[in-house]
Amino acid sequence: MIRFGTLMHQLVLAAEDTGHAAEDGHHAIEPGITSGALVEWAWLIVIVPLVAAFVIAFFGKKLPFKGWEIAFGSIAFVGVYGTVLFLLNATQGIVYEGTVAIADIGDFHLEWGWMVDGLSIMMYFLVGVVGTLVFMYALGYMKGDVRFTWFFVSFSLFAGGMLVLVSSPNLIQLIVGWELVGVASYLLIGHYWEDYANVDAANKAFMVNKVADAALFMGAIIMAVSVGSFSFNHILEVVVHGENGALSQWAFWAGLLIFIGAMGKSAQFPLHVWLPDAMAGPTPVSALMHAATMVTAGVYLLGRLFPFYLDVDGLFAGDVRNIIIVIGGLTLFLTGFIAIVQDDIKKVLAYSTVSQLGYMVAAMGAGAYTAGLFHLFTHAFFKALLFLGAGSVIHAVHSNNMSDMGGLRKKMPITFWTFILGTLALVGIFPFAGFFSKDEILASIKYAGGHGQDVANFILILGIAGAFITALYMTRAVALTFFGEYKGKAHPHESPKSMAYPLIGLAFFAVTAGWVNMPGIYTGFTDWLATRVPLTGIGDHHAESFDWALIVIVTPLALLAIAIGWWMYGKDKDTQAERDTFRIPVLWPLLENKYYIDDFYMSGIVRPIMGPLARVVLWIDMNIVDGVVNGVGALMKVFSKGVATVDTNVVDGVFNATGAGTGASGSALRRSFTGRVQQYAAFSFVGVIVIAVLFIIF
Amino acid sequence: MTVSIGDFFRESANWAFLVIAIPTLVAGWRTVTSNHIVRAVLYLVVSLGGSAALFFMLGAGFVGWTVVLVYIGAVIILFLIGIMITRAPLGEKEELSHGTNVKAPAALLSVVMFGVIAWAAIDAYTNEMIAPFESTSTQELSLLMFDRFVLPFEVVSFVLLAALIGGIALARQDEEASS
Amino acid sequence: MTIIQFLLVGAALFSFGLYGVITRRNAVLVLASVELMLAAVNINLVTFDVVLQDALHAGQMFSLFIIALAAAEVGIGIAIVLMIFRNRQSADVDELDLMKG
Repeated sequence: MIRFGTLMHQLVLAAEDTGHAAEDGHHAIEPGITSGALVEWAWLIVIVPLVAAFVIAFFGKKLPFKGWEIAFGSIAFVGVYGTVLFLLNATQGIVYEGTVAIADIGDFHLEWGWMVDGLSIMMYFLVGVVGTLVFMYALGYMKGDVRFTWFFVSFSLFAGGMLVLVSSPNLIQLIVGWELVGVASYLLIGHYWEDYANVDAANKAFMVNKVADAALFMGAIIMAVSVGSFSFNHILEVVVHGENGALSQWAFWAGLLIFIGAMGKSAQFPLHVWLPDAMAGPTPVSALMHAATMVTAGVYLLGRLFPFYLDVDGLFAGDVRNIIIVIGGLTLFLTGFIAIVQDDIKKVLAYSTVSQLGYMVAAMGAGAYTAGLFHLFTHAFFKALLFLGAGSVIHAVHSNNMSDMGGLRKKMPITFWTFILGTLALVGIFPFAGFFSKDEILASIKYAGGHGQDVANFILILGIAGAFITALYMTRAVALTFFGEYKGKAHPHESPKSMAYPLIGLAFFAVTAGWVNMPGIYTGFTDWLATRVPLTGIGDHHAESFDWALIVIVTPLALLAIAIGWWMYGKDKDTQAERDTFRIPVLWPLLENKYYIDDFYMSGIVRPIMGPLARVVLWIDMNIVDGVVNGVGALMKVFSKGVATVDTNVVDGVFNATGAGTGASGSALRRSFTGRVQQYAAFSFVGVIVIAVLFIIF
Repeated sequence: MTVSIGDFFRESANWAFLVIAIPTLVAGWRTVTSNHIVRAVLYLVVSLGGSAALFFMLGAGFVGWTVVLVYIGAVIILFLIGIMITRAPLGEKEELSHGTNVKAPAALLSVVMFGVIAWAAIDAYTNEMIAPFESTSTQELSLLMFDRFVLPFEVVSFVLLAALIGGIALARQDEEASS
Repeated sequence: MTIIQFLLVGAALFSFGLYGVITRRNAVLVLASVELMLAAVNINLVTFDVVLQDALHAGQMFSLFIIALAAAEVGIGIAIVLMIFRNRQSADVDELDLMKG
């Protein structure tokens, strides 16, 4: 039964349903805005980029900027709308869920909707603002590209997909957005498809994500079947009310499978392998998709289902959090190490992204909703900044490798200074953004360790070590790129204004984004994220004041790492070979081969499946086909020898007959491949008749 | 409600049926056997017109008129254009069909096919009468079309669009290739 | 009116169409034979629609969809025949044996 109703008639205000709250000590925020044109028209945020993608596809090439202006206009619209919502949410609080019924199939209600609550508003803001700056940057970066227009089609499609994902009030729409993002990412990673390696990278990203997606589907189906609805609202109500039913029975598996889905998009160990390869795409893609937004989808999903994982009542997926925190901890530690040995500047940032995502996931695992999303928020800005800075450098020297860079400090001052700000933010030096968010994550992990989650104590050590590693590889990247002597061949120059302004804009956020959540001073961010559908409060732990013990350990450690990094790489060393004299015997080969995970996937999973298949076919060919031939031959030989002594004519006859027989059977078989369509049609109708007769008889 | 063979000819509607069905079948047969290409297509017109008349008999006026408009009006024109453009040999030509070596098995297959369908139909509805029915109004159909069947309707529209674009893309003379 | 008289007309037209599809050498006439088969299917659908007194008129609906799709099919089919003719100066399906083994 499919019904198409008019849009306005079927608007359902979920806010009516969110009156109950404040149970079990959850604190709930009273939202100021639960209706009105501003939130009711928020679906435009989702639709505009998607429409823009189609418009660019059809008319882009004829426009003066070849479609860029439409892409930029649509994303700027999202940025402005997102900022307005963000500010209003910060001052008054917004909770709204709009839905439009698409179809009712039995008990199953298919809905399309848009959430306007703290969590999704933060994502609208991020996608909009970072997107606007990156799109602006891309105008300069992609100039002269053969598929310029197509690039902006895919890019707008990606932004639309991400917004479908984060606006989704149910798991179905989330999966639709999830896959849209996956497709757009496939298109963008493979943008330079003339190079086969890039196609491979795109395929790899798609396949690895598909493995995770399969788990996400299963988890979503388990969850929906046990609750009877795909809606987050209904699922979380069951969780908040602590109903001991089908969902609580299946909670562990549903939670684990959905987390595996999140691991794919958020590039968690051991499914992180696609992200570094995805650097094959143009740099603006890396900045927006593989740093700021797409990879945060997994963390976002964990945040959306957070009460389910937090599990105050002990009925749901609380156990999964131990797995989440371990995966997050391993990711942040192991992939940070790989970044130390990379020569490709984008790969350094890629592994750094994976590592920072590990921090976010670990925070979610520690039950720290605010901390995880806070790091997502700050990281989006400074990582986008670093990627764009790297892109600016790559644009100037025409190489990704840091062995072709060096000494760019003077030639590219804007890039240099903004890159430094981004680095300081990433390393977590006071008062830059990363300092506040990383500190809050570590404090939350420490708190979890002290409150019954024993494994968190171990992860805390990894987290602190991760901060050290982060400082080390970023210092190395800065030293090799901007200091020393220039080693490349091209003539570097500062990038055009359309590329420089976004850097400055992002640098502003990289410095200030952390100031929205300073424990003990101003913790607005915590409240902004607490306005949610359903309005139940989050109940996570967030720090009331700075954890001085951690700061005293982490900040000097980071400074020490900077000093070590400077001592190792800051000095003028001309060649890659000389720099590589510093090698730790076992560790370095291990890191350079990325822990052999790719090799494991190839030789452990891909080849064992393809290999035996090929071997079976080969075996059949060798033993059965050849066997028959050889057997016939051998038989003939014996036979001929026997007969030859009697009469050579008979032998000749037999051989001729054999040849003729083989030829005849060959041409008999050939006759079935006549190339005549009508004969094929006749054969297929013979089949139809046989099937029809069988149907009539039985 | 069953009826004997004798009753068949006592019902006046059945005479009308025979008047329609026999030309329909004869024209259908000539469509696939005629050695004159333009005539074959014109026989197809008669055959399709007969099927439209059968639809009228069954009270499906809208479907009948659609057949008249779409098939007889548009599709046949396409066929004729196709014949003209491909410079098919006009007049009596033996080479329009395959020889007996193909015709014999094809005839056998067709007869078997007819036998199977007829068998299934007779097996299920021996001598059963069609219960009295009212003809379907266009209004009724359109209400269903744009409510219950709107999704298939949209899909078919999309297929038509794709076919339109595909047809243009295929048939369009490639300027570079031709020059 | 009996039910089978309509069904038998449909069956006969379908068999004629099948015969034509297999025996015709000219591609345009093969397409015409396919149209004959589709018309036969339509007769069956409408007959069953009437016989079963379907409130949703699914039979008539589907025959309408089939007519639309048949139109699309002929459009594409003729375009393909045109292409083939342009490349090979012939619309004879016998000469299209590139797939011959």
